[in-house]
Amino acid sequence: MAALARLQARLSGLREEYFRRNRSVDEYRKIEYKAAVKIQSWFRGCRVRAYLRYLRKMTIVIQKWWRGYRSRRYFRKMVKIQKRWRGYYVRKYIHNYYALKKYLEAISVNNEIIRSELQKYTEMKENEEKRKDLEKKEKEKQYQARKMHYLLSTEQIAGIYNSPFRKSPDPMELLLRKSKPLSHRRQQKKSPFACELHDWPTCKRPPSFSTAQPLPCIGRQKPQGPFRDPAEVLRQRYKPLEPTLRVAASISSPLEKAREEMKREEWRNRVHDNEFLPFSSYHKNEKYDPSIHRSGKYGQEAYGIKHFREVQPKKWVTDKDFRTVLPSIVLFEKFGKTYSRTGQIV
Amino acid sequence: MSQRQVLQVFEQYQRARTQFAQAVAELASRPQNIETLQNAGVISLLRPLLLDVVPTVQQTAALALGRLANYNDDLAEAVVKGDILPQLVCSLSEQNRFYKKAAAFVLRAVAKHSPQLAQAIVQCGALEMLVICLEDFDPGVKEAASWALEYIARHNSELSQAVVDAGAVPLLVLCIQEPEIALKRIAASTLSDISKHSPELAQTVVDAGAIAHLAQMILNPDAKLKRQVLSALSQIAKHSVDLAELVVEAEIFPVVLTCLKDSDEYVKKNGATLIREIAKHTPELSQLIVNAGGVAAVIDCIGSCRGTVRLPGIMMLGYVAAHSENLSMAVIVSKGIPPLCACLLEEQEDHIKAAAAWALGQVGRHTPAHARAVAVANVLPTLLAMYVDTRSSEDLQMKTKKALKNILQKCTYLPALEPLLHDAPPNIMKHIVGQFSKVLPHDSKARRLFVTTGGLKKVQEIKAEPGSLLQEYINTINNCYPEEIVRYYSPGYSEMLLERVENYHPVL
Repeated sequence: MAALARLQARLSGLREEYFRRNRSVDEYRKIEYKAAVKIQSWFRGCRVRAYLRYLRKMTIVIQKWWRGYRSRRYFRKMVKIQKRWRGYYVRKYIHNYYALKKYLEAISVNNEIIRSELQKYTEMKENEEKRKDLEKKEKEKQYQARKMHYLLSTEQIAGIYNSPFRKSPDPMELLLRKSKPLSHRRQQKKSPFACELHDWPTCKRPPSFSTAQPLPCIGRQKPQGPFRDPAEVLRQRYKPLEPTLRVAASISSPLEKAREEMKREEWRNRVHDNEFLPFSSYHKNEKYDPSIHRSGKYGQEAYGIKHFREVQPKKWVTDKDFRTVLPSIVLFEKFGKTYSRTGQIV
Repeated sequence: MSQRQVLQVFEQYQRARTQFAQAVAELASRPQNIETLQNAGVISLLRPLLLDVVPTVQQTAALALGRLANYNDDLAEAVVKGDILPQLVCSLSEQNRFYKKAAAFVLRAVAKHSPQLAQAIVQCGALEMLVICLEDFDPGVKEAASWALEYIARHNSELSQAVVDAGAVPLLVLCIQEPEIALKRIAASTLSDISKHSPELAQTVVDAGAIAHLAQMILNPDAKLKRQVLSALSQIAKHSVDLAELVVEAEIFPVVLTCLKDSDEYVKKNGATLIREIAKHTPELSQLIVNAGGVAAVIDCIGSCRGTVRLPGIMMLGYVAAHSENLSMAVIVSKGIPPLCACLLEEQEDHIKAAAAWALGQVGRHTPAHARAVAVANVLPTLLAMYVDTRSSEDLQMKTKKALKNILQKCTYLPALEPLLHDAPPNIMKHIVGQFSKVLPHDSKARRLFVTTGGLKKVQEIKAEPGSLLQEYINTINNCYPEEIVRYYSPGYSEMLLERVENYHPVL
């Protein structure tokens, strides 16, 4: 009974408790529900993400492998292309066989040219040497001929080089005939270039062989006009005198004799070339060449050209001359009046 | 009256002095008198005459001293020890040109004997006086002064530096431009002697503008001048690439090639030396020389000369061929190998033969084509003979060995290698056999030839240590042939066969 009373007493509170519990559950139901949703959703999200990560890793592996495979195929093609290209480039530019061949051929051609040029040069030098030698020998011979001019043969006596038993005279004889005898007075001035000039310490100029050919003459403008042929003109001009038989008969014709006579007279009588001319204006404008004795440092001395007598009119006391007091000597009167005014030309 | 007598005494004395000086000068010009003169103590007698009042006596005394000092170095030392040099140097500045010439002659005669004497001259201050003489008007004085400077500068680089420090180089360059040939010669040889010691000295000479004038004078017809000019340019060019390029820029090619055809031997030699000094620095310079046709000119020059004159030309070819294989091929194409072989055979001197061997080695070492060109000229047996000959000098042996090695390592021309098989010493043999082992496996005709010419037999006779390189080569060769043939040619096969015959029991 007591239990029942206790239970009935608790019964009134039970409803409230029932309501209270339901209400608290209801109150928290929302929150709990939301919390549960949150937890579950988060967990599901984690799982899905893990799965997705796994999936992604797998795709990455597959794609990696696939791409590598593709590019390795590509790479092999690239290598083939580059191989061909490198071989071509090296053969064409760096170790170009044909260019090398051409270069070597060009070198041999060039060598031939150089060799021929050098050969020409040596020949030219040799010719010059020979020519120099020949000239020297010639000069020697000529000098000897001039020295030994007395060996020339005369009318009466045949010289050594003109033996009567020979058909024609020796070349030395001909040389002797051509050469002028050497004069004793002047020493033969040997030019320093005759001998080895390279040892001469003060030689002025090294020898230079002018091997260039002389330049061709400039094409002269021919003067216009119908002119006679110059050869004709010259022939006419220099036509020799054709004397008549009478004139040409004697060995020395009168014409020649007269000429000779005139020449001889000239030669005898002529003292100087300037002919004497009277006082006139002929010589007025001729410039006087002063002699060395007369010309001083600063020009010509006036004495001897301008005046012969020192006359200084400024120092004269009067204008007039001395008056004659005593009877003058006739000769002395004539002084200064005979020819011209104190030697000056009128 | 007494005045005249007094003056007569002085006149006699002066005449006596003049006669003495002239007589000594005359006697000193003949070598047989100089011993007697030296024993008579002539130097101490001549010394006071140098300070004489009369200029003629001074000059004659100086001339006599110069001739004495010129004769040998004892006398030159006596001149130095006798304190004569300071007197000479002091009076150089105020005397006339004859005295200056004679004094410069004395200095030159003393300086030429040894570096110590030249040092003594430098120490008494002669250099400044000589440089002042270089500025004189008379060309004879300039010539004597520059000759003395040349003999001082030629000994070593310190003395050359002293000459340069005295300011001689610009004056020498001016002297080169003078019209007198003898002066030009001496000035050029002085510049050559100054620049030969070191690159700095050469640079000093170049800075004074010498190269342009020297290059112009290559065209001068005088042979002795050309010698000196070419020598000067080669001494400048030899030191470094820059100096060589400066010399080349002076446009010496192709004019220098005409010098190689000159009638004077030494002009040819110096011309070849100049080209060699330029070619040895870089491949580009060698290329330039080849393009200008220098190789052909040098080859012709070698062909026409004999003796040491050839040596620079041979070395030039070696240097050019050493730089690259194209240049080496250019040398071959210009027909360079026959003259080199001729040099090797004809020359007596060992150093020329060594140079020729070295040059051939440089030509042939690049590729099989080059080695073939060298081998075809039949020069390998000659090289081998020289290597083996006991009378050859060490240098020659070494050079021929190197040349042989270089050529053989690339040579695939078997007919040339055959004769070498028979005589070669073991260290060369391994190269020859090596080459055979490279070629024979691929060429059947060569194999046949090898057998018929007896090469296989020779190879079998070679004794080699097992495991060495030579043995490997021999094995390679033996593997090219069927076994019977190898056994047939092996030594002692005939005995073996006869033994078999002996031991054979006939089948009845």
